[in-house]
Amino acid sequence: MANTYSKVGEMTTNDGVPLKVSLRRSQRKLKLWAFLLVAPLLVFILVSFIIPVVNMTMRGIENPQVANIMPNVVAALENWEGTELPDETVYAALVTDLTMGRKNKNIGKVATRLNYERSGMRRVITGSARKAAKLKEGPYKTQMIEINKAWGDVAVWSLIKRESGTFTSSYLISSVDRKTNDAGEIVAKIEDKQIYVNLFGKTLMMSFSITIICIVLAFPIAYLLATLPLAKSNLLMILVLLPFWTSLLVRTTTWIVLLQSQGVINDLLVWMNIIDEDGRLQMIYNQTGTIIAMTHILLPFMVLPLYSVMKTIPPTYMRAALSLGANPVTAFIKVYIPMTVSGIGAGSLLVFILSIGYYITPALVGGQSGLLISNMIAYHMQNSLNWGLAGALGFILLVIVLLFYALFNKVIGIDKMKMG
Amino acid sequence: MAIPTYAGKLERTWYYSYRVICTLIFLFLILPIIIIIPLSFNVQPYFTFTPEMLSLDPAGYSMRWYDEFFASEVWMKSIKNSFSVAIASTIIATTLGTLAALGLSRPEMPYRALIMSILISPMIVPLIISAAGMFFFYSSVNLAGTFLGLILAHTALGIPFVVITVTATLSGFDYSLTRAAASLGASPRTVFFKIMLPLVTPGVISGALFAFITSFDEVVVAIFIAGPEQRTIPLQMWGGIREQISPTILAVATILVAISIMLLTVLELLRRRSEKQRGLTPG
Repeated sequence: MANTYSKVGEMTTNDGVPLKVSLRRSQRKLKLWAFLLVAPLLVFILVSFIIPVVNMTMRGIENPQVANIMPNVVAALENWEGTELPDETVYAALVTDLTMGRKNKNIGKVATRLNYERSGMRRVITGSARKAAKLKEGPYKTQMIEINKAWGDVAVWSLIKRESGTFTSSYLISSVDRKTNDAGEIVAKIEDKQIYVNLFGKTLMMSFSITIICIVLAFPIAYLLATLPLAKSNLLMILVLLPFWTSLLVRTTTWIVLLQSQGVINDLLVWMNIIDEDGRLQMIYNQTGTIIAMTHILLPFMVLPLYSVMKTIPPTYMRAALSLGANPVTAFIKVYIPMTVSGIGAGSLLVFILSIGYYITPALVGGQSGLLISNMIAYHMQNSLNWGLAGALGFILLVIVLLFYALFNKVIGIDKMKMG
Repeated sequence: MAIPTYAGKLERTWYYSYRVICTLIFLFLILPIIIIIPLSFNVQPYFTFTPEMLSLDPAGYSMRWYDEFFASEVWMKSIKNSFSVAIASTIIATTLGTLAALGLSRPEMPYRALIMSILISPMIVPLIISAAGMFFFYSSVNLAGTFLGLILAHTALGIPFVVITVTATLSGFDYSLTRAAASLGASPRTVFFKIMLPLVTPGVISGALFAFITSFDEVVVAIFIAGPEQRTIPLQMWGGIREQISPTILAVATILVAISIMLLTVLELLRRRSEKQRGLTPG
């Protein structure tokens, strides 16, 4: 009898399993099913996206060069006090490591790495490596100092000791325009090397201005779209959606064509005698160009959420306010605008998050002054090949974006976002 | 919002100036895209309207840049690359994304918010960081500079759009329909293919279109991952604009605008169909 296995009065299924257990079992099965559906995608995104992005930003603190290529020096420096020049054993280790590094053709990595911290170190390391290979026998201390007097400088040794760990804070320190001086204190870089904090500031400021301009431009047309009869508003909506669906490069190209000094707008102004031939406006390859082009590109991202919120506001509210004696302006400010706040918030955060990370448009129309932080990261990735610094800058950028995203998620919720 | 007959002078002025403001903003949105179309037919290698063009003289127009485009082996190859990469990544993104969305919209799904955030992340992380991270990753597995690498990278970027659109469609899904079908004797398979799939199809297709356009328009990741064999249209344009901008770019741009008009039309038709199915009025 099935019932003997359960307490009297407890409900059981046909085969005698208590209902609670059976329900839990089937729930677990459903849960497993749901999870199995998500699993392939989750694994794919984790492996091919999340881990690579984390790895990229980790490069901002990884520091394998000195530790891996100069292991003897690192070991010998372990107990060094840092007040006076190290003793002979360290110099012997230096000769061993330099010779090995030269043989394995990886001493250049150490040279490049240390050169980021102290200019001139590249030549010190590569030059010494070449000459150290020819040294026959010790004592090496005097011979090394003879080869390059940098080896007689306590600060050089402090630098090597400081960068001998597998992790470093120096890229992050550099990303905020600071450096570690010979005494090991963190100080501001010299003035004309302070670029990153300003660039972060400029990126935030430009994203902020673009967001404000987008709000100002999107509000009237979203209102019009939301209040017009459907047939008309659907037609006008195409004017918003077509730019949204048009290639980013097409839209950037078109602004180059319009704004350049021999372009359509300047020609038009000359033709209308508003400016003369010599007075052609420089509207592109600077901040103005970047702001105009990015506003155009991001405007639909503001219009669409604003429109979908305005669509839900019943027109009766405004009519009620008016009939109660509010003048139209008061009614609009006190009744209508507060109801659109969630749309403004959604649009603003979207535009802001997107513009902070913009790369293509500033690179094409920004010239020198219109570049943003992404362009600097790309520069360090592709040109200077200082991947550590690219990682550190990327890390800071990512943290800023994630903060705003968290705010977005808290205020609006990503699953409430609508597109198209 | 037609103007009422009793409106005063001030209201009338405001009404018309509001209309003018809106028109200007709409022009700002659409004019830049329209303007390159006639310019792409310029007979001269200039990026502005010549006097002949303005006087509508047929001699001022030509198909020269289109001929150049279609005759160029590099451009033709980039079209082929763009379409094959975009189609392949759309198929993968749509399949995986739809499955995941089906799982995510089940009420039993554990850790939904966390998983959703992870799946959406390619849309949030600034592209340059994604591109750099993917560059290191695909280099380490020897997939940088291969079609497979580029396809998989674009798949990751397109997935958030599929997940978002399909979950949005499913959020309006009435689960009593599946229960009704099941109670009438349909097997789970039949329920899925006959009831569920037709209703989510519009969402799946619009997600797929988003994934397609994401890949088709993507350039930052392509800069880092694509080798010379994988040059896509946006990559080709990027190089063209940076080095020596030639009017051929305008011809390409016009063709791309035509493609986006097509996509937009498909999407609009889908939206109407899906709303009709759900019993909502179109619009």
